[in-house]
Amino acid sequence: MAELHLKSWRFRAEREADWRRLETLLAKAETGGAARLKRDELLEIPLLYRQALSSLSVARSISLDQSLTAYLEGLCTRAYFVVYGARTRLPERLAAFFLRDWPNAVRALWRETLVSFLLSAIATVVAYVLVRRDSEWFHSFVNVGLAAGRDPSATTAYLRATLYSKPSANEGLSALATFLFTHNAQIALFAFALGFALCLPTAALMVLNGAMLGAFLALFISRDLGVEATGGLMIHGTTELFAIVLAGAAGFSIGWAVAFPGDRTRVDAAGEAGRRAATAMAGVVVMLFVAGLLEGFGRQLIQLDLARYSVAGGMLVFWLAYFYWPRRTRP
Amino acid sequence: MSSTGIIARLKGFGARQAFGDGWRELVTPEGVDLRLRVGTYADRFVALLLDFLILGGGMVALTIVAAIVGAVTRLPWMNMALGVVWLLGVFLLRNFYFMAFEIGPRAATPGKRAMGLRVIAADGGRLTADAVFARNAMREVEVFLPLTFFAARGQGVDAALITLGAIWSGVFVIFPLFNRDRRRLGDLAAGTMVVKAPKRVLQPDLADTERTAARGIDFTHAQLDAYGVKELHVLEDVLRAGDRRTLAEVAARIRVKIGWEGPADLPDRTFLNAYYAGLRGRLENRMLFGRRRRDKFDVS
Repeated sequence: MAELHLKSWRFRAEREADWRRLETLLAKAETGGAARLKRDELLEIPLLYRQALSSLSVARSISLDQSLTAYLEGLCTRAYFVVYGARTRLPERLAAFFLRDWPNAVRALWRETLVSFLLSAIATVVAYVLVRRDSEWFHSFVNVGLAAGRDPSATTAYLRATLYSKPSANEGLSALATFLFTHNAQIALFAFALGFALCLPTAALMVLNGAMLGAFLALFISRDLGVEATGGLMIHGTTELFAIVLAGAAGFSIGWAVAFPGDRTRVDAAGEAGRRAATAMAGVVVMLFVAGLLEGFGRQLIQLDLARYSVAGGMLVFWLAYFYWPRRTRP
Repeated sequence: MSSTGIIARLKGFGARQAFGDGWRELVTPEGVDLRLRVGTYADRFVALLLDFLILGGGMVALTIVAAIVGAVTRLPWMNMALGVVWLLGVFLLRNFYFMAFEIGPRAATPGKRAMGLRVIAADGGRLTADAVFARNAMREVEVFLPLTFFAARGQGVDAALITLGAIWSGVFVIFPLFNRDRRRLGDLAAGTMVVKAPKRVLQPDLADTERTAARGIDFTHAQLDAYGVKELHVLEDVLRAGDRRTLAEVAARIRVKIGWEGPADLPDRTFLNAYYAGLRGRLENRMLFGRRRRDKFDVS
């Protein structure tokens, strides 16, 4: 009896070479991606994977060598993700994102976008009215750091200067643009993430953001700088505010799915809404990047009100058309 | 199987109890269950710490390099360019470090890889880029929001608000403690989870090592029937660990238990290996006939 090998030993001896071959191929695929594999190696992986899977189920039923089953489980898991985790390459994925995924995701959020927009707009109007009545309200809406001297105690001449400021030599344009972009993007991501708490914090952020705009507008209009201020704020504002409204919408869609999942489970609903909203959010980061460029460069370099208004309007039309223009859906 | 067992299985308890907590079934399209292990809290926490260390190190290195370049060149436009690089670098590191690595073929950041973890889609399907984005964007409320509240200081009403905020955001932090798959908020929002999928090395078969040395050592069926599968696996662990004192203790116990009357000068390791091979052969044989003996108390 002792001279004979165990059945499970023979089972292993017959297949071990294939497992090791699969292991080397997997290591190659995991480090360099599928591009590093040769054509026949690529075809070999699924075959070896199925073989390993069948080995695993046999091993579970005939072998009591636990290190062997653990090894096969690990090997099959790795192979499973290589075989079924098919990925497109980066250029293709980027193209798909800009051509289809992003506009589609934004369109799917139209209801939330509307709500988010209305919240901001109402907050803007309310803050505007309040600050016009009593300028002390200004400080409730705008914190000192962001105001940077632009508050009711400032002189009209100073306020005008902030709208048409030429950059000084030290504080360069691109540094400003970068700062604005990173700051806004962080806030947008925050609005998105907060949506999970049943929409309320996101709604609060939208209201705060809208109120801040209203307060600034009220301040500038009270000094008869309304037209100039709108131009100065909106040259980047159409892009930036649109992006923030979209970030709010993305947050709302998650919160809504968590609160009212419908006939799916709460977890499934949250996951589905989260992935769709995430695509829109990736786009929001792109929009904020554009807004940062417009704010940092555009506002400082373009000093003519008319030119500012046309850039602002042009950007708004561009975004609206890009997102909502009906297009052929490819299957 | 008893009737209660059947009812339990029908209700779906069977599978869950068989794996115990921390296991998750993932049935491949070929119909094989991969039996994934959910990443433990400790592993995931250490992975996060490692990643934060790498991130912090990266940011410090970036700052030092920027400062040195700025000090050496002393050009005004260079300061500005450095400012841009630094701001963008920190932003990208903070937000896209995790995403960039998790989108890759290993679906794990360096920290996770070191702990043998990876991110998977909870339904076992493809892990898409938007899922990775969603799970990492949620980090804002899970890590940075509580940090903000804990760092904030205030008096009177402010203090009360900050306390409430800290409690509220604390709920997000401890969220993984309250669901079966230990998913954090970002995992829920993205439909993902973190599992243990370490690279394993195929170890030598213990039934094969020292086979020549163990030649001629035979055990009777009665001697081999002293133990079941559980004890076999313990024996396997002991042999693989190879600690000499444990080997001696275990060998002594088995010798007594089975009433060993063979050569007394047999080395412990050889004896245990031979007994392991014999026991495994016996149990595997009986398993082929449909009798899986769980442990030594299982007399069927």
